[in-house]
Amino acid sequence: MTNSPKNGTAIEFRDVSYRFSGGHELLTGLNLQVRRGETLVLLGRSGSGKTTTLKLINNLVAPTHGEVCVEDRPTTQWDPIRLRRGIGYVIQDAGLFPHFTVERNIGLVPTIEEWPAERVRERVRELLQLVGLEASLARRYPRELSGGQRQRVGVARALAADPPILLMDEPFGALDAITRAELQREFLSLQKRLQKTVVFVTHDLREALLLGTRIALMEGGRLVAALTPNEFTGSSNPLVKQYLEAFGAGPACADRGIA
Amino acid sequence: MNVFQFMLQNRSEVVELTLEHLWMVAASTLLAVLIGIPLGVLITRWPGLNKPVLGSANIIQTIPSLALFGFLLSVPWIGARAERLAILDLTLCALLPLIRNTYTGIKGVDPSVLEAGRGMGMTNRQLLFQVELPLALGVIIAGVRVATVISVGLATIAAAIGAGGLGEYIFRGLAMVNNQVILAGAIPAAALALLADASLGWLEKRLSPG
Repeated sequence: MTNSPKNGTAIEFRDVSYRFSGGHELLTGLNLQVRRGETLVLLGRSGSGKTTTLKLINNLVAPTHGEVCVEDRPTTQWDPIRLRRGIGYVIQDAGLFPHFTVERNIGLVPTIEEWPAERVRERVRELLQLVGLEASLARRYPRELSGGQRQRVGVARALAADPPILLMDEPFGALDAITRAELQREFLSLQKRLQKTVVFVTHDLREALLLGTRIALMEGGRLVAALTPNEFTGSSNPLVKQYLEAFGAGPACADRGIA
Repeated sequence: MNVFQFMLQNRSEVVELTLEHLWMVAASTLLAVLIGIPLGVLITRWPGLNKPVLGSANIIQTIPSLALFGFLLSVPWIGARAERLAILDLTLCALLPLIRNTYTGIKGVDPSVLEAGRGMGMTNRQLLFQVELPLALGVIIAGVRVATVISVGLATIAAAIGAGGLGEYIFRGLAMVNNQVILAGAIPAAALALLADASLGWLEKRLSPG
C-alpha cells in the first residue's frame, strides 16, 4: 500500500465557478492546486462553498465554468464511475448503508469492483485493524455502533480500494469533543503512514490547524487564501484575522508539529 | 341449520369457491406488483411522469368496480371470459397503493446514504437494487398488504359477472334473502383478508431495515 509521495499536483481547480441552476452562484473563480500527499483543509462558514468545492472533485457536481483536473485530466472527461471509485469519500454521519453489516459497508467498493470474495474479506479485516476496530464488529449493523465507531467504519470504507485521493466532508463534525479529539489524533497518524492526498472540509479552526498541511479559507464562494497553519495564524489578511478572532485562537494554536 | 353446518354440508363447494377467490386475488396482486413497482420506480426517475401516473391510478380507483367491468367487457381477449375480466379489474384497483408506496418508499431513503453511494462510484442500477429498493422494501410490502386486503374484498363482486369466488354465496344469499348463505361467503372472505393482512404484516416487519 504505497503511494510514493512524488511532488506534483493531484487536483487542480482552474478558474472554476459553479452556479446552481436557479442562478445563485455558489462558487466564483476558484484557482487552487492540491499537491500529492498533502492534507488540504477547506475552512469556512456554512454556505462558503467548501462542500461544493469538494463535490466538484468527484464530479457529484460539474463546474459551470472552468475545469477541475484530477490527475491532469478534467473531471468532465473522466468516466464518473471510474473517477469516483478512485477517490475515497467520507461524509458527516458516515452515510453508512443501514441495511448492510459493517463488513459489507467496508467492502462495498471492492465488491462492486468485483474483487473475489475471499480477498474482500481479507481487506475488510485489514481495514478494521487499521482504523482501530475489533474484528468482531464486522457482523454488526451501523445502528449497533457508537458515533465514533460509525465514523471509523466510514473512514475504513473510503480506504477500502486504496484510492490515492480522500475527500472528507466534516467527518468528525457530529462527534462529541473527546471522540473527535481521538479520531483527529488517529487521522494524523494514519495519514503519516498512508500519505494520501486529502481534501478535508471543516468549519472548525482548531481542527484545520491541527490536521492541515495547508488551509484554504473560503468566504462567500471565493477563496480568501491558501496558507500553511503557521502562515495562517500569522496572516495579516483581514478575513483570516476575523476567523482567528472568532475562535479566540491566536498564536497559541500555532505551536504544532506538522506531519 | 346454522352457517357452519351449511358450510360443512357444502364443503366441497366452499373449498372450490375459496380457491377461485384466492386465485383471482393472487393473480391480480402478482400482476399489480409486476406493473406497479416498476411504475413507482419510473416516476422517481422522471418526476414529470409523477402527476400523470399517480393521477391515472387515482382515477381508476375511483371508478366503481362494477362500472369498470362494463368498460372492460368490450376489450377483445379480456372480455371473452369473466375470470380474465375480474383479474384485470382487481389488478387495476390494486395499482394505486403499489405505485404510491414504491414512490414514497424510494423518496424516503436518506439522501446522505444515496450521496455516499454515488460518491463511491455506484452506478444508478447498483444504487437502485442495492440501496433504494432494499431500504424501501418495508414501505413497498405495506403497499402490497393494502392492495391484497382491498382485492380480497373486491373479488366478491366478481361473482356479479359470473367469475366465481366467494361472492357467489353472497349474491345467492341476497337473492334468497338468506343470511346463512351470505355469511357462508362473507366469513371465509373475511378470514382470507385477515390472514393476508397478518402474514404480509409479519413480512413487512421482517423486511423493514432498522
